[in-house]
Amino acid sequence: MASNLIEVGVSLIFLTALAIPLGKYLVLVYGGQPTGLTRWVSPAERFFYKLSNIDATEEMPSKVYIRDFLVFNLWGIVVLFLIQVFQDKLPLNPQHFSAVPWDLALNTAVSFVTNTNWQSYGGETTMSYLTQMLGLTVQNFVSAAVGMAACAAFLRGFVRHSTEAIGNFWVDLTRGVLYVLLPLSVVFAVFLVSQGVVQTFKPYVSVQTLELQNQSIAVGPAASQIAVKQVGSNGGGFFNVNSSHPFENPTPLSNFFETMAILLIPFAFPIFLGEFLKKRKEGWAVFLAMLILFLVGLGAALFFESQGNPILKNSGIHNGLNMEGKEVRFGIVPSVYWEAATTVTSNGSVNAMHDSFSPIAGLVAMFNIAIGEVIFGGVGVGLIGMLFYAILALFIIGLMIGRTPELYGKKLGASEMVMTVVAIVFPCVTLLALTAVAVALPVGLAGLNNAGPHGFSEIFYAYASGIGNNGSAFAGLTTNTPFYNLTLVAAMLVGRFATIVPALVIAGSLAQKKISPENRATLPTASPVFVGILCVTVVVIGALTFFPAFTIGPVLEHFQMTAGKLF
Amino acid sequence: MANKNISLWQKAIVIHAVMASFKKLDPRILWRSPVMFLVAAGAVLTTAIAVLYAVQGKSSGFEFHISLWLWFTVLFANFSAAIAEGRGKAQAESLKRSRESAFANRIMKNGRMEKVSALDLRKNDEILVEDNDIIPGDGEIIEGTAFINEAAVTGESAPVIRESGGDRSGVTAGTKVLSGKVKVRITADPGKTFIDQMIAMVEGAERKKTPNEIALEILILGLTVIFLAVVVTFPFFSKYIQVHVSVVVLVSLLVCLIPTTIGGLLPAIGIAGMDRLLQMNVIALSGRAVEASGDVDVVLLDKTGTLTLGNRMATQFIPAQGVTEKELTEAALYSSLADETPEGRSIITLAKEKLGIHGTDITPPENAVFIPFSAQNRMSGVDMQQRRIRKGAEDAMAKFVKDNGGGVTAEFSKIIEDISFDGGTPLVVVDNARVLGVVQLKDVIKKGINERVGQLRKMGIQSVMITGDNQLTAASIAAEAGLDDFFAQARPEKKLELIRKYQAQGYMVAMIGDGTNDAPALAQADVAVAMNAGTQVAREAANMVDLDSNPTKLLDIVEIGKQILITRGALTTFSIANDLAKYFAIIPAAFVAQYPALQILNVMHLANARSAVLSAVIFNALIIPALIPLALRGVRYRPMSPTALLYRNLLIYGAGGIVLPFIGIKIIDVLLNLFHGA
Repeated sequence: MASNLIEVGVSLIFLTALAIPLGKYLVLVYGGQPTGLTRWVSPAERFFYKLSNIDATEEMPSKVYIRDFLVFNLWGIVVLFLIQVFQDKLPLNPQHFSAVPWDLALNTAVSFVTNTNWQSYGGETTMSYLTQMLGLTVQNFVSAAVGMAACAAFLRGFVRHSTEAIGNFWVDLTRGVLYVLLPLSVVFAVFLVSQGVVQTFKPYVSVQTLELQNQSIAVGPAASQIAVKQVGSNGGGFFNVNSSHPFENPTPLSNFFETMAILLIPFAFPIFLGEFLKKRKEGWAVFLAMLILFLVGLGAALFFESQGNPILKNSGIHNGLNMEGKEVRFGIVPSVYWEAATTVTSNGSVNAMHDSFSPIAGLVAMFNIAIGEVIFGGVGVGLIGMLFYAILALFIIGLMIGRTPELYGKKLGASEMVMTVVAIVFPCVTLLALTAVAVALPVGLAGLNNAGPHGFSEIFYAYASGIGNNGSAFAGLTTNTPFYNLTLVAAMLVGRFATIVPALVIAGSLAQKKISPENRATLPTASPVFVGILCVTVVVIGALTFFPAFTIGPVLEHFQMTAGKLF
Repeated sequence: MANKNISLWQKAIVIHAVMASFKKLDPRILWRSPVMFLVAAGAVLTTAIAVLYAVQGKSSGFEFHISLWLWFTVLFANFSAAIAEGRGKAQAESLKRSRESAFANRIMKNGRMEKVSALDLRKNDEILVEDNDIIPGDGEIIEGTAFINEAAVTGESAPVIRESGGDRSGVTAGTKVLSGKVKVRITADPGKTFIDQMIAMVEGAERKKTPNEIALEILILGLTVIFLAVVVTFPFFSKYIQVHVSVVVLVSLLVCLIPTTIGGLLPAIGIAGMDRLLQMNVIALSGRAVEASGDVDVVLLDKTGTLTLGNRMATQFIPAQGVTEKELTEAALYSSLADETPEGRSIITLAKEKLGIHGTDITPPENAVFIPFSAQNRMSGVDMQQRRIRKGAEDAMAKFVKDNGGGVTAEFSKIIEDISFDGGTPLVVVDNARVLGVVQLKDVIKKGINERVGQLRKMGIQSVMITGDNQLTAASIAAEAGLDDFFAQARPEKKLELIRKYQAQGYMVAMIGDGTNDAPALAQADVAVAMNAGTQVAREAANMVDLDSNPTKLLDIVEIGKQILITRGALTTFSIANDLAKYFAIIPAAFVAQYPALQILNVMHLANARSAVLSAVIFNALIIPALIPLALRGVRYRPMSPTALLYRNLLIYGAGGIVLPFIGIKIIDVLLNLFHGA
C-alpha cells in the first residue's frame, strides 16, 4: 500500500513537471506562433487550410465562432451516425458485424462528438474496424481538439480588449489536432504497443482453451485508439471492459502511464491559463485549487476503500478489502487513483468497475462528475468549467470587498452572469430531472441489476456521466435500450453545449471590455484566499444541489453497509 | 435635511410599513421578486392543504403552522422593503412641504411682475427673488448677489453667498434668501428638480435596478431554479426508496433552500443605500453612479477649494540675522493693521498668537500713517515717526532697501529661495534700510485632508491633484497632503484629457467639480460629483450633487457605494451558507422513519420530524426581520486591504452563516417542544 502511494506521488510530480512545458507549448499553439514541430507539421496544416478554403489569418467574432463550432459538431454527429448504420455495407468489417440500431448509433455518435465516449455497446462485439477507426477515433481527436479550441477562445476574451475577435475556430481545431493531440498520441501508441497492446487489422483469433473449448479472442487496431482515448479525455474503450482489458492495459507500467496520460493535458491547461494571460501565479492558483479538490476526493476514496467492507471482514477475509470488480494485477491504490483521475477529467475510461467501490469512493466519483467535470476536467472544457465557478464565486463572495466583481482584469456584469448561470444550472437541473424520470418510469428501472440505494446510484451516475461528458459507467445498469440511449443523448448534448456555447458568448463579451489594471483595491486572484473560495464554491454548489441525491444513493448505502446490509 | 438621522424604528414609519407589507402581497408586485413569489405560491398551496385537512377533520396543526410561517416569511420581506422606502419618504416629505406653499415673482416679457405658484414655474422662466423669499425652483442667478440660507436642504445654518457669473451661481428650491435681490433663471420644470429626483430615488417606485443588482438577481434566480429542481425531483427519488414525502414538507424544503434572506432583503439594501447618501446631503441622480463609486480607482482633485482653503495664510515669521523674532513679528503686525486682504488678516492673527495678545486691543501709535498697497510700488506698510515699515514681494523690497542705502545678504536670499521651493510665498518686511525678515505665506491644506487621503489610499484609490500652480507649489502641496500624483500648470481642458488617459488604462475615475469649465470632465468621469453651489452646467454634467458643496464628501460616497455591494455579497453568502443546516434538519426528518440508519445525519438531534421541519421554516422566516437593521445600515466598511476585508466578511457571513442556523434551529426546536410538547 505504501509503495503504491509513493507511486501516486511520483506520478503527480511527473505530471506537474510535464504540464509546465506543455502549458507553455499550448501558448505557442493557440497564439499562432511557431513551435518545435512547425517544420514537420506546417505543410499538413497549410494543406488542410487550402483544402477547406480557410483563411488562417481571419479572426471571428464569437457569433461566427459559435456557429462554426455548432455546424462542425452537427456534421460530426450525422457522419458518425451514418457510418454506424451502414457499417455492414462498408469495408474493413472482418467480423461481419451487422448495422448498428438507430438509437444506439445516435447515442454513440453524440457520445463521441461530445467527447463523452459513453458506450452503451461492447466495442468488440458491435463495431467494425472501419467504424472504430474512421468514426470513433477521428472524433476522439476532433472532439478533444474542439474542447481545447473553445478554452483557447474563452481565454482570449481575457487576454484581448476592445475587440470582437476571439480567434478562428478552424485554425484552433486544426492546430489542436496537429500540434498537440497527434504527436502525443503517436508517442503514446508506440509505447503502448511495446507493452503489449494490440494493433492489427486481422480478424479475431480463435484458440482452444485448456478445457478444449473454442474461444474467440478479440483483437484489432486498439493501441492507436487507446492512446488518444487517454490523452484527449475521451475514454471510449476498444473493448467492452475498457482499460481493465489486458489488451488495452496489459502491465502495471502501462497502467502507470495511462493514468498519467489521462491527467496530462488537463494538468497543463491551468498552466496554459497563466502563461497565456501572462499571469503565471493566477494559473498556479487555479491549478492548486484543482489539485486540492482532486487530492481531497482521492484521499477520501482511498480511506474508505482501505477500510474494507465490514461484511467481508466478518466472513473472515483478511482486512475485509474488497477486490471484486478490481484487477488483482493492479490492486486497490492504482484502481482508486485511476478512478479519481478518470472521473475528475471527464475521461471515463476505467480499469476497475466503479460500482464495486465502497459507497463513499463511489460518492467521490459521482461528485467529481456531477459538479461538471471542473477538477482539471476534460481537455480545455475542464478549465472553462472551473472559471465558471470562479465567476460565480467572485459574484457571491467577491462582492464582499465592495467592488464590482472582476476576473483577471475584466469586470463581470449581468451578461456574464446569465451565461454562467446557464452553464452551471442547466446541466445540474437536467441531471436531476433525467434521474427523476428514470427512477419514476418502469423503462428506467428495467435496466437495473441492483435494488435500493445502489440502483439509484447506478442511474444517477449514468446521467451524471453523460452530462459531465465523462463516459464512464457505474456498471450494473443496462443502458442499451431506446430509453437510456435517447435520454443519455439529451444529457450529453446539454453537458457539452451548455458549457461551450456560454463560454464563447462570455469570451465575446469580455473581449470587448477594457482590462482594468490590478491595484491595491482588487481582489488578488493569485492568493490563498482565492484558491480557498474557489474550492469552497465548487464543494458547496455540488453539495447543495446533490445533497438529497447523494443521501438517497451512496450515503444511505454506506450507513446500511456499516449496519450490515448490502445491495 | 429638516429632520436628519431619522431613527430606524420611528413609530409612524413602522405602522406605515406594516400596512404596506400587506399591500405588497399583490401578485403583480410580488412577481418582481421571483423568490418571494415562489414562497407566496408555496404558502397558498400549504394553506389550501391545511384548510382541506381541517375540513376533513384530519388536521394535525402542522400544515397550519407551516402555512402561517410561510406567510410571515413573505410579510417580513415586504416589510423590509417598505420600511426602507418609508424612511426615505419621510425625509423627502419635509422637503416637499417646504416648497409647495412657495410663490414666485415671474418676470413677464414686458418686464412686469406676476405672482405665480411655484408649481407653475417652467424651465427658462425668469423670476425675481428678494430678502426673506423662499427660492421657488432650481435655477441659476443671472443677475445680482444674495446671502442665502440653505439649511432647508443642507441642514447647514451658516448662510452662503451666491452670485451671477461665477461658479457659485446655482440655487436650489426650498432655500431662503436672507438679503440681496437676484434675478434667477429657472432650470428645471416642477417634478424634475433635484428634490423631486431625490424623492423618486428614495421612494423606490422609480428606482432603476443597477447592473450589479440585476446580475445578482440573475444569480439568485439561477440558485432558485436549481433548488426548485432539487425539490421537484425529490419525491421521485424518495419514492424509489419507498419513502413518501408530503407536499407540505416539500414546500418547506423549497422555501428553506431558495435564497429567501437575500431575495427578501435585496430591494431594501439598494433603497437604504440611497437613503444613507441622502443623509450625507448627497443627491445621486442614478443608483448606477453610487455603485460605480465603489469601483473608483483614481480620484481627481482640484487644489484650490478642495485640498486647500484657497487663501494663502501666514504660517511663519523668519527673522533676518541680528533681528529677534519679536521685533519682526511686531513690525509685521503694524504693517498689516490696515491691510484688509486675507493675507494681511492672517498675518495679524499669527502675530497675535505669537505675541500672546488676545482680543482686538491693538492700536496703532499716534500719527501713524498707513501706506496702502499700490500697483506702482507693490508694497504696503506704515510710517511711524522715523520708522518706515514696509512689506512686499522680494524684488520690490530689495529696491526699497537699496534706495535707502541698505542691501540684502546672500543668506537672506537663500531663506527666500527655500520658502519658494517649499511652495510658499515669501513676504519681506523691512524698516528703512534694515531687512527685518520674512513672513512665510502658504496655501494651507484643509484640516483632515491628510487623513482622508490616507483613507483613500487604504481603499486602494489613488488621489491625483490637478492645479494651475507652478510645479514647485504643486509638488509641495501634493507632498503635504500625501497625494499619489499631481499635475501642475494645468489648464482646465487638461482635466478632460487626464480622465480620458486614466480611463484608457482601464481605471475608473471620480472627479469633483463646480465650474462651467469642469462640465466636460464631469461628463466624462465615471463618478462625477458637482457642488450644489456650482454652476447649472456643472450640475447637469455630474451624476451626483453634493448639497453641502464639500469636496471631501467623495470619500463618504465611495464608502456607501462599497457598503451597498458588501451588504449584498454578505447577505447572499449568508443565505447560501444557511442551506447546509436546513438540509441537515429536513432530509433526515424525511427519511428516518423508514431508514433509521440516517438518524446519524440528524446532527442537531431535533426532537421529531415535524418539529425539525417547522423549526427550519421558522428560523428561515425570523432571520429576515433579524437582518433588516443590517440591510438598512449596511455592513460596516473600514478601509483595509481587500484580502483582509474578505477574510473578515467571510468569517462573519460565510462561517457564521453555516454555524448560526444550526444553533438557531436547535433552539427553536427546543422551545417548540417545551411549549407544545409536540
